[in-house]
Amino acid sequence: MAARSTAGSALGRYILVRFLLIIPTVFILVTTVFVLMRATGDPITAALGGKLPAEQLQQLIHASGYDRPILVQYWDYLTSVFTGDFGTTISDNRPVTEVLTTYGAATLELATYAIVVALVLGVPFGMLAGYFRDRLPDAVLRILAILAYATPVFFAGLILKLVFSVWLGWFPVAGRVSTDGEIAMQLADADSGFMLIDAFKTGDPAVVLDVLSHAFLPALALGLLTAGVFLRLVRTNMIGTLGAGYVDAARSRGVKESRLVRKHAWRPALIPIITVAGMQVAMLLVGAVLTETTFEWRGLGFQLSEYLQARDFVAVQGIVVLMAVVVAVTNFLVDIIAALVDPRVRY
Amino acid sequence: MTAGEIASVGTAGTAPEHLGGRGAWFRKLPVVRQVRQSVGLQRGMLVAGLVLTAVFVLVAVLAPLLAPYGWSQLADTDGPFGAQMPPSAEHWFGTTVGGYDVLSRVVWGARTALLVVLVAVLSSIVVGVLLGLVSGYFGGWLDRVLVVVADAIYAFPSLLLAILLAIVISGGRSSMWGGIFAAALSITVVFVPQYFRVTRAEVVRIKAEAFVDSARVLGTGHWRIMTRHVLRNSTRTLPLIVTLNASEAILTLAGLGFLGFGIEPTAAAEWGYDLQRAVADVTSGIWWTALFPGLAIVLAAMGMTLMGESLNDLADPRLRTRARAGQVSGAVAATSVEADPSDPETPASAELPDENPKGDDA
Repeated sequence: MAARSTAGSALGRYILVRFLLIIPTVFILVTTVFVLMRATGDPITAALGGKLPAEQLQQLIHASGYDRPILVQYWDYLTSVFTGDFGTTISDNRPVTEVLTTYGAATLELATYAIVVALVLGVPFGMLAGYFRDRLPDAVLRILAILAYATPVFFAGLILKLVFSVWLGWFPVAGRVSTDGEIAMQLADADSGFMLIDAFKTGDPAVVLDVLSHAFLPALALGLLTAGVFLRLVRTNMIGTLGAGYVDAARSRGVKESRLVRKHAWRPALIPIITVAGMQVAMLLVGAVLTETTFEWRGLGFQLSEYLQARDFVAVQGIVVLMAVVVAVTNFLVDIIAALVDPRVRY
Repeated sequence: MTAGEIASVGTAGTAPEHLGGRGAWFRKLPVVRQVRQSVGLQRGMLVAGLVLTAVFVLVAVLAPLLAPYGWSQLADTDGPFGAQMPPSAEHWFGTTVGGYDVLSRVVWGARTALLVVLVAVLSSIVVGVLLGLVSGYFGGWLDRVLVVVADAIYAFPSLLLAILLAIVISGGRSSMWGGIFAAALSITVVFVPQYFRVTRAEVVRIKAEAFVDSARVLGTGHWRIMTRHVLRNSTRTLPLIVTLNASEAILTLAGLGFLGFGIEPTAAAEWGYDLQRAVADVTSGIWWTALFPGLAIVLAAMGMTLMGESLNDLADPRLRTRARAGQVSGAVAATSVEADPSDPETPASAELPDENPKGDDA
């Protein structure tokens, strides 16, 4: 009992220390973004410079407070960010918070699909590759995994689109839902932002199918990237656990090979996936930016590249800060889960 | 061994000179030693990676000879090329929507990519290793601050950071050299934390070794201990990170170009930019403007990833396919310094650098 309680408090301390580490991380991220975005001048000139006469520009700059001392602006920015106010976009004059909440759901939906694809493809094939180590299935799967990593997600997206949408016509070319589906959703008053949930709310299987067929190619393009990483990891750890003493012991007891893989070797091989999942979130978000641009999937990433084209750095700043904070917080949660699953992490 | 020779040119910046003793120096070059050590599939992957990388480097270097036209050439003596022309005898890969020759832009794009990779990797090694060395060696509050900052930047989605830096450095898009340096420096900042962490971890470990204490007792200065005793023993894992970063640099450059933060099409050829212009083409069934620049990215990135993957496996005793006993027994001992398979803590950390547990021992 005594040993148990020490383990518990060690976990508690680990969680606390890890949680406190988020504060400097988020602070550094927010500051970095501010410094970088303001190093080139004020966002008004960047967005509208050359389009408006100089006096009008000055007026706007003054009205938005960009002519105040930089430290005052920084303090202002910090306090407003921590109260959830990211300012107003310059190009289309919307509150950035509204942009984030409207399009965040779409990105989250795409990322969720991609993780499902990555798990479905990455884990079983990784186990297979690890089991058949250095034989033909392993060779083929590893080359495919490296190919998945080396292919930029937007190129994979373009090729998928070319073959399956344009040439074969199996899937829609772009977007999240067709006009008919959108109308059906509006009639059913479904506006959660998650297309699939909304589609189920309409109760019309045709709409669900429509949403799924729109999501298939983007999810596949983004999922393949992560699937390669998962495959590699599961393979490595499968090799590790298959060589472990307890697996040998089970084999010597006459446990069947298939049962060995299913019951004994795979569970420990999955733990490292949890530990790297945090890094995958960063990769997924970057991938989502590129995938959304390729498929005109109207999420945060698509919006980000639109705002980048418009040189609207207030909006860019808000989206980037949100993504960075999401990554930092997910990393924290992932570390906690890893510590719960694997006692070795709680040092 | 031609592939090895060419590749050693390509990775010249990574070859620590002190490894080359008299006589069989060639065998001790980082990559060559691993080719000799590897067997079977691993050797196949390593050699394939070397060949792809060598081809990429050769195309980049020989671009003026290989490319039929200039990267921004719109017409020759027979008149303008025309836009979106399908592949033909004059234009093997067709022409783009802007009327450029796709083949020429693919070939010249290799040069841009190589330059960006070289500048990005070299500058991040210099900065990252130096910071890691100083931070790990002296410790104290500077070390703590640097570790927290490096972790924060490391957690930042890499492409987003690169975009922000591209905005700062060049205001978005610029001339050839301006664009190349802007892209390379944007990528550098993303990579520095990786070199910092790896070098720092090694330095912290080596600092505690007896030979460093002996040097200190003998009155050796800090600078000499850092460079001669610690640094030279801390560079073991660098070639691996370099190869993986090189492929990541190509992908980040392409991503920047794809989002419109690359180099002006008239200033230099850049694959990511060409793919951005090809998005609309694909919808109307024009495949050649997307396929060829994309394949170029895949092959270049794949060559370096294959190399990095197999170097990684060879450095990890659990993953190394062993040759029959006696064949390479000397080399095995030389690489399995740290990753002890019986130690339950090592498996994850012996992997890629990005799988190091967060916040080492901050």
